[in-house]
Amino acid sequence: MKSLSSINLSQDFSGLGGICRAIRTFVYCPPSRANPSPISLTHSSLRVSRCSTSLLSVTMEEAKKQALDAEKAALLVKELRKSFNSGRTKSYEWRAAQLQSISKMIDERAKDIIQALQLDLSKPELEAFVSEISMTKSSCQKALKDLKHWMAPEKVKTPITTYPSSAEIVSEPFGVVLIISTWNYPFLLSLDPVIGAIAAGNAIVLKPSEIAPATSSLLARLLGEYVDGSTIRVVEGAVPETSALLDQKWDKIFYTGSTRVGYIVMAAAAKHLTPIVLELGGKCPAIVDSNIDLEVAARRMIAGKWVCNNGQACIAIDYIVTTKSFAPKLVDALRLALEEFFGKNPLESQDMSRIVNLYHFRRLAKLLDEDGTSDKIVLGGQRDENNLRMAPTILLDVPEDSTIMQEEIFGPLLPILTVDDIQDSFHMINSKPKPLAAYIFSNDDGLQKQFVQNISAGGMLINDTVLHLTIPTLPFGGVGESGMGAYHGKFSFDAFSHKKGVLYRGFKGDTAARYPPYTPEKQRLMKALIRGDIIGIILALLGWSKE
Amino acid sequence: METLGDLEVHLEGMREYYRGGNTRGAPWRKSQLQGLLRLLEEREAEMFMALEHDLGKHPVEAYRDEIGCAKKSANYALGSLKGWMSTQKAKLPLGAVLTTAEIIPEPLGLVLIISSWNVPIGLSLEPLIGALAAGNAVVLKPSELAPRCSSLLANALPAYLDSKAVKVIEGGPAVSEQLVQQKWDKILFTGSARVGRMVMAAAANHLTPVTLELGGKCPAVLDSLSSSWDREVAIQRILGAKFGACAGQACIAVDYVLVEKRFSSISLELMKVWIGKMFGENPRESRTMARIVNKHHFLRLKTLLEDPNVKASIVHGGSMDENSLFIEPTILLDPPLESDFMQDEIFGPLLPIITLKKIEDSINFINSRPKPLAVYVFTQNDSLQKRMVAETSSGSLTFNDAVIQYLADTLPFGGVGESGMGNYHGKFSFDTFSHHKAVMRRGFLVDFWFRFPPWNDHKLQLFRSLYVFDYLGVLLTVLGLKKSKQGLSRA
Repeated sequence: MKSLSSINLSQDFSGLGGICRAIRTFVYCPPSRANPSPISLTHSSLRVSRCSTSLLSVTMEEAKKQALDAEKAALLVKELRKSFNSGRTKSYEWRAAQLQSISKMIDERAKDIIQALQLDLSKPELEAFVSEISMTKSSCQKALKDLKHWMAPEKVKTPITTYPSSAEIVSEPFGVVLIISTWNYPFLLSLDPVIGAIAAGNAIVLKPSEIAPATSSLLARLLGEYVDGSTIRVVEGAVPETSALLDQKWDKIFYTGSTRVGYIVMAAAAKHLTPIVLELGGKCPAIVDSNIDLEVAARRMIAGKWVCNNGQACIAIDYIVTTKSFAPKLVDALRLALEEFFGKNPLESQDMSRIVNLYHFRRLAKLLDEDGTSDKIVLGGQRDENNLRMAPTILLDVPEDSTIMQEEIFGPLLPILTVDDIQDSFHMINSKPKPLAAYIFSNDDGLQKQFVQNISAGGMLINDTVLHLTIPTLPFGGVGESGMGAYHGKFSFDAFSHKKGVLYRGFKGDTAARYPPYTPEKQRLMKALIRGDIIGIILALLGWSKE
Repeated sequence: METLGDLEVHLEGMREYYRGGNTRGAPWRKSQLQGLLRLLEEREAEMFMALEHDLGKHPVEAYRDEIGCAKKSANYALGSLKGWMSTQKAKLPLGAVLTTAEIIPEPLGLVLIISSWNVPIGLSLEPLIGALAAGNAVVLKPSELAPRCSSLLANALPAYLDSKAVKVIEGGPAVSEQLVQQKWDKILFTGSARVGRMVMAAAANHLTPVTLELGGKCPAVLDSLSSSWDREVAIQRILGAKFGACAGQACIAVDYVLVEKRFSSISLELMKVWIGKMFGENPRESRTMARIVNKHHFLRLKTLLEDPNVKASIVHGGSMDENSLFIEPTILLDPPLESDFMQDEIFGPLLPIITLKKIEDSINFINSRPKPLAVYVFTQNDSLQKRMVAETSSGSLTFNDAVIQYLADTLPFGGVGESGMGNYHGKFSFDTFSHHKAVMRRGFLVDFWFRFPPWNDHKLQLFRSLYVFDYLGVLLTVLGLKKSKQGLSRA
């Protein structure tokens, strides 16, 4: 019963409560720093419509007053640029201090964070702890531990052509960077890039997603409290605020979200020649072979779908491809494990997130209700619109041209497609845009090898799901439509650093061959030098030719 | 020029060929690099002629900056290919039992290289080497402003490379525009910031990653060197990096020189002496310096100089011959900073000297302008060197020399801010044209039951211990000897 009341509370929160939240944000944040979004109200317009128009218009007006327009955004960037130019963010001490503060913040405010995630997504506490709090914390710890090492210039060899000289690659911060994050892992996906940007010594504006409003306003408050406000800012808001931000000149933009918005971000970045990292999504496939330990595999598939924010994750399994003959066994195994995890009535389970909002709930419902798809449900299908709950749902052999197989699902619906021969799955996957992650469950070494060789994806994991995300020594990022650039661990530091080649020369050891007037002797010497051919160099210097 | 329909058919054919896996293997990549080396060997004379025709480039300069340099890079790629292509093992945390992780470089697919006219062969082949080493299918669009080099590449490349995977498409802005509208897996563009923006905006329509090699005003900071040897070497290197680099028409050529006021007359006198020694009394005749690429650029440079305040600052040279498109090595002392001449990239044989009160002021001077592709600093002063590294930002930074960083395969070559994004050369070229795929493998034997719901306090405690690498804590919890400090909030 307790679960139900908490859900109702969150429902209120998004309606009338949204206004209270907006007002509360005013109290907590200085106006220049964070703003409640008029759009967070309009976006969930279906829910807002329940509250009185007078109250709404008051809030809208209030919000407008506070909203970040182009002028304020320009001012904000100018201010941050000034702080960056003062050089304060470049020191090891500044970077370490900010990271330590974030680490401390996570420890001290874990309860608040879990609560915000509960409000935004009904995310189970343990899931919130594991996939958001712990991940962020370990990312922060890793950066702190390796920071000195990352910052040190990398010595490189120099070729004989430039002899005598020494060379190094110096990592320097880009400057003022913009991080736009998303709502499904609103805490992790906001702070993980922020950690990288801090480690690299940048000034930062973070724009959390308005679709996870509680976490957004919590981030605005917490960062204001814990980190250096003259160089790290949170701007809350929706489309108008994001547009105002994107109009500015940044030294790097890091965006996590949908492919659709990815296009817009890149087009905006092109105007200012701003380099970007785009962390997008895509339909992540899982190939399931028949020679596996099915009980373990089924558990891991569930971990990579419903335990991942109820499928609302960019690396969650989007669809499964298996053989016709194996499909019934697979469905049975999933059914058993799902019941074990979420009970007989999954709509009541507290161990699974809800759908983030009504918009997405209806989007998913529409996918499910489509002609040709609705009759393919073999498990689940139950939903509760009032509480935004949707049961784990498995569909067998939906048509390939159905909407559910064309769009990223981003929810608890799992289509299983069947092929005669498991090898045919490669073609099926390659006919779609490159996904962010691709999974395979198989004990066949040959098949594993072919999978790695023939399928292009941001990352791939064999015989498990999602875990590759937790490994800081692996780059995390997409390819093709699933994004560009990568982060995590040192890759985060690199994503926010410019690699400056520095070459040191003395005034000794010059060859006249480099300068005009050009003579045949010089030409010979030049050729030998560029070839790195020592004998040739000596011969040329002595005036002999090898040719 | 082919029609759009033809182009699309061609590209689809190349894509199909790529999908067939033809370009992925090491033998194919090697054979392409060897083909390039053969091309450079067998067609050297033609290349010299084409560069002479398009830019009046002397063969020594042509060899140094284009043919020789491309040979060196192709050889370097051939020798390193196996290492570059190899899978890199990734370290795993202790908790990951029976798991391996690795990073596998894979080709991106079909890529587009748009090169520029100033180093028309070098800047076409250098990225091509990277794209082929990484196993991609490639379309190269050389610049129409160096027409002889462009047609040489278009005619010669198919004979030496796999023409199903490598195609040269010639043409001007209309063709470029048609090309960038297509879907590519990567675009590497060398040219101006203005066109760079257009390329990136077009790439955004297909979410294509871009590497933009642009330019900018590259400063040379010349400290008041005390040893006369050092001074002479420094001056030679600056002049070589201006007039000897395609007559200043190079993205990493020195754009302007910063000196202390008290040192400016010494520097100027030395420059005059060395210009005489290098290019002779009559540089037009000596043919040791390239000419201006075309009339458009000649007139652009002429207009820059026509500003009366700029003109008044000429202290050496200044003669121009429109017929032969030749501009004499020219030095200007303190032209107005707000003039177009000091705002735009010069890209020609005009060298302004800007005087400062103190050489340290150069840091502010550089920082108050867009980030350049290269900064050159001639100094023996360690603390100035350190400050330059830490306080200025540029694509690359070279001490006591100029342009030579282009030859260092171990240094990334590329801009930052207005001077570009992404980098290449050596292994960086390979990386630029590769996707680094993270691959992790697990067995079925070990599975942590606490990874899965239903959730309880016990599982939470395990995760708490695991994430701080408290293995004793994990053991105690598994044995039921340790209780959760902060349990789940709901009962």
